[in-house]
Formats: sequence, structure tokens, C-alpha cells
Amino acid sequence: MAMLEVTNLHTYYGNIHALKGISLTIEQGEIVTLIGANGAGKTTTLRAICGLVKTQGGTIQLESEDLNPYKAHQIVYKGVSMVPEGRGVFARLSVSENLDLGAYSLPDRKTRDADLEKVFTIFPRLKEREKQIAGTLSGGEQQMLAIGRALMAHPRLLLLDEPSMGLSPILVESIFSTVKDINRQGTTILLVEQNAQMALTIADRAYVLESGIIAMQGKGSELLEDPRVIKAYLGGQ
Amino acid sequence: MTVSITPQVHRSKFGVYQVVQTILGVLFSIYLLWRIYDVFFGHPSYGPDTWARFAISGIILGSVYALIAIGYTLVYGILFMINFAHGEIMMIGAFGGYFVFEALKNIPAPTALEPNLNFLNAHPIISVFFAFVIGMALAALSGYFLEQIAYRPLRGAPRLVPLISAVGASIFLQNAGQLLFGSQRRDYTNPVILSRGAGWNIKIGAGIVTVPYTGILTLVLTLIILVSLYLLVQKSRMGRAMRAVAENKTSASLMGIDVDGIISRTFLLSGALAGAAGVMWGIHLGLVYYFVGFIPGIKAFTAAVLGGIGNLPGAMLGGLFLGLVESLGPGIMGIDFQLKDVIAFTILVLVLIFRPTGILGEVLSEDKV
Ligand SMILES: Nc1ncnc2c1ncn2[C@@H]1O[C@H](COP(=O)(O)OP(=O)(O)O)[C@@H](O)[C@H]1O
Ligand SMILES: [Mg+2]
Repeated sequence: MAMLEVTNLHTYYGNIHALKGISLTIEQGEIVTLIGANGAGKTTTLRAICGLVKTQGGTIQLESEDLNPYKAHQIVYKGVSMVPEGRGVFARLSVSENLDLGAYSLPDRKTRDADLEKVFTIFPRLKEREKQIAGTLSGGEQQMLAIGRALMAHPRLLLLDEPSMGLSPILVESIFSTVKDINRQGTTILLVEQNAQMALTIADRAYVLESGIIAMQGKGSELLEDPRVIKAYLGGQ
Repeated sequence: MTVSITPQVHRSKFGVYQVVQTILGVLFSIYLLWRIYDVFFGHPSYGPDTWARFAISGIILGSVYALIAIGYTLVYGILFMINFAHGEIMMIGAFGGYFVFEALKNIPAPTALEPNLNFLNAHPIISVFFAFVIGMALAALSGYFLEQIAYRPLRGAPRLVPLISAVGASIFLQNAGQLLFGSQRRDYTNPVILSRGAGWNIKIGAGIVTVPYTGILTLVLTLIILVSLYLLVQKSRMGRAMRAVAENKTSASLMGIDVDGIISRTFLLSGALAGAAGVMWGIHLGLVYYFVGFIPGIKAFTAAVLGGIGNLPGAMLGGLFLGLVESLGPGIMGIDFQLKDVIAFTILVLVLIFRPTGILGEVLSEDKV
């Protein structure tokens, strides 16, 4: 049973046909990456999984359960968390309030302190900034906060939308190695990236999205060597 | 990135606009200082006892404005719309309390000493408690249904559309009130111990100043409500969810927060506060009729704008400030007391023109990344 099974998914914004029947599968424990140019439909795919945009055709199944009847705020209770594009931290709230909100879907507060400790172990920076207002954090720190906040909900499937956007190469490196660590501790990951090189390096499998259609798919290491991928996404000859 | 809610036109248009604003501001400040000097030291028209009376009534009225203003600000904070029917919600609360008093007045509760005693006077504390509970509950439910019927279907429409709906809802509720309760002004029959005019007498200067019991009740209840509200918004799980929704609805729903549910609760909450204000208004000022919410509604809106709409402490301070300006202003400026409403509305217009972000500046900002 696949962790996530998306079949023939269609989405529209008005009359823009953003996703034209895409299918993808994520197995338990994998890191799967979805790469593609700007406007290809990567964010829309994640938004559809989270219930933030209506699907008009096709199915999304989480461990064989159809997610269609659920509203966006119910999806997190199913074990899916998203780190949205642009991070979406609550800029006027403190770091610790942001993290608390991450655990909103777990009414049982018993694990909260332990979860917080876990997040602070992964991102010691957040502990230093615990009382600070999130809007005053640097871009990298906000990305850490967004990931930490998503982890507070105990996701089984974590969706990451361009976590490397706007970060320095060193920070990108560290965020990617953190993603890898999170995955090693048992969280399945769907990673959307424009930084194809990095994404393909850490991913088990990858899908290439072009104008709302899955154009290629395969093992991360294979796509890294695929001449079409190199030409279109890795900036090489 | 932090973006101001209000259009930035006023600040970026450097030049004539700001020069005029500064000149007017300086001139008015000089005038005000001169007036204050004149009425207190030059040609004092009133003794300290009269000023104390003004100030007391201003603080009481101001605290009621504050309660109503919070409703505007809570709703604006979450939906970025002005709930123009909020004054009518207050009217509904005022009628709720009124009918509780009327009903309890007709329940006999005779004792050996007083065979004609009614429930209202036999158990004034319970009666007042009931009046507030019913007034607040009715107003809260009205706020809830107002949102469901008049605003929710328009979610996602351009911002002007729900605004028009709000004005329509306000007129509708006024007319509904007139149909249901008639257009006559009704006297609020308080328990005897809360008679208007009864109060603490304090000697100030040459005179005796009465602090009315109804006013003390209003102040104490307002204080309790404000502290509870602060704790709710700042410390509770629901308050955190409210602030999250106010800032970023998409992120909030990704946390598992039911955004529509929070919006409903915000209307329940602001309705309850307006209901409390309505009952206070009735108990303290003594009149209730279908139009009773209109003027306090606009004044509280002024207070909310003054404090920076969306800003909770701003609404509280704005309400208090407006109450004081209204009660002290005519005396200081040497104008007729009938003109106190004009003062309030002049302030509203001036603030909207010159400082739409409110006196406390734009605390409210929106994450539009
Ligand atoms: N809110 C929206 N309204 C209209 N069109 C949109 C909206 N969001 C995205 N689109 C369009 O849908 C397509 C896919 O966008 P998106 O999923 O954001 O791409 P990506 O994340 O791969 O850059 C693009 O053509 C984009 O212009
Ligand atoms: Mg995108």
C-alpha cells in the first residue's frame, strides 16, 4: 500500500488548466522529489494534496483512503503536513507560538514538550530565538521555523515546497541534510524544488513536471544523468 | 514581507499634503493649549467638581465605547471588513437585558416586610446577571447569524461587496427592531438599588460629585471583560488560533485550524461584547429603542479607527479617549454640549483623512508573501 497515490489529477484556476492529469506514487519511507520549471504546477500539486485547491478529476489517496471529502484543515489530522512556498510563518507571533500552532492538531499536550525538544535538537537556532517574533527572523531561520512547525504535528507525510528558495548555498546544504535526517527518522517526504541538482541528489525517486504533465520519472540518481534533465534543469550540456 | 493594510497613498505623497497636515496640527495644538489654559486658569467656567463629573461620565461612556470598538477590531483583524451592523447587534443586546428586567419585574417575590416586592428588587444581583447573560447571548447569536447570512456567502468577493452587505444588514436590523419593538423609546427599569442618580458621593472642591452605581457596575464589568478577553486572545489555544487566522488563513488551515469555525467564534465573541455594552448602555443611560445602537456604533467605530483598526489595545484606549474627549471637549473648547457628537465625528473624519492607520500606528500588518 502506497503512502500516497495520486491518480490522473486535474486542477483548474478559472479556465487555466494547471494540472492535466498527473499521477504519482510515494511509498512509505521514501523521499520523492517533484522538479520542474516555474509555473509547471508543482505548488498546485501540493495544494491539491492538502485540500487547498479543489481537484476536478482524479483521486488522491493516502494509504488507500480517498482525501477528497476532507477540507484543508482536516488533512493535517490524517498525517500530512505542508511547509508552504514562501514559508508562511505567522510573522507577528513568536517562534514558540508558531511551534505551538504546529501542534494544534494534537489536542493531547503530553508530547508537546518532548516534540519541542526534538525540534530544538534539529534546529538549535530556534531555541535561541524562542521568544522572538517570527517576522524578525532571517529567511533561513524562518524556513527552519516552518519545517519545525510542520514537524510538531507528527506528520507521516511531509510536503516541502521549495525549502531552498532565497537561501544562501551553505544554508541550502544544511536544510537539505536536515530533510534527509527527518526522512531517516521515519517521515516520508515529497520535496518540490527548483534546485534540481540538490533535490535529485537526496531523493530516492523523482518526477519531472512540465506544464501540468508528468514528463519524466525515475530514480533520483538516474535522472541526474539523464541528458534531457541535464539540459533542461541542471544547466549543463 | 510585512505590508500595511491601509493604502500607503497618504504617506508616500510627500509634499503639500504633509505640510498642510503639520500646519493644521500645530495650529490646533496651540488653540487647544490656549483653551486648556483659559478654562482652567484664565477664566475658569467650571469648578473642579464639575470637571470631575465630566471626567467620570467620560470614563464610563468610554468604557462602553471600548467594548463595542473591540468588536469592530476583532472582525476587521480577521476578515478585513468593517461590520457596520455591529451597532445593531448592541441594540439587540440592550433589548435582551430590557426584556429580562421587564419579565423579572412581573414575578412577585413577596416577603413579610414587603408584600409587593418583585423578583427584580428581591434579587437584584441575580437579575442583573440574567440581563447580561441573556443580552450577551442574544447579541452573540445575532452576530453569528449575521456572519452566516450576510458575510459568509460573500467571502472572496471584492472588499467593497461585504461592506455594502454590512450597511444593508444594519438598516435591516434597525427596521426589524422597529417592527418588533415599536419605535417608542422605552425606559430601562433597573432594580431600585441601581436607580439612576444613586451613587457614591465624593466631596471635590466646593461640591459633591456622585459616582453613579450604574457607572461603577459598567466600569467593573468592562474591566473584567477586558481582562478575560486579553487572557483569551493572548494565552488560550483558541486565541492563538484567532491570531493565526488573522494573519494567514492558508497557513492556519495547514495547522489544522478550522478557519470558518474561528471566524464564527469571532463573531460570537464580538457580538457578546456588544451585547454587554448594550445592557450597560440601558442600565446606565436608561433608554432603549430600535435606533439605540446607531450612534454608539459609529462612535465605537471612530474609537477603533483612532486606536488603529485591528489593534485590540488600540480599540480599548480609543474608546476611553473618545469618551473623555466627548465629555471634556465641549467644556474645554467652550462650545455647546449638544455638539459632543460633532466632536466625535470630526475626529473620525480627521483621522480617516490624515492618519488612517490610527494614532497607535499600524500594529496590524499582513503576511502577503
Ligand atoms: N491563484 C492562482 N490563480 C490563477 N492561476 C494560478 C494561481 N496559482 C497558480 N496559477 C497558475 O497555475 C500554474 C501552475 O502554478 P504553480 O503550481 O504555482 O507552479 P510552480 O509551483 O510549479 O511554479 C501556473 O500557470 C500559474 O500561473
Ligand atoms: Mg511553486
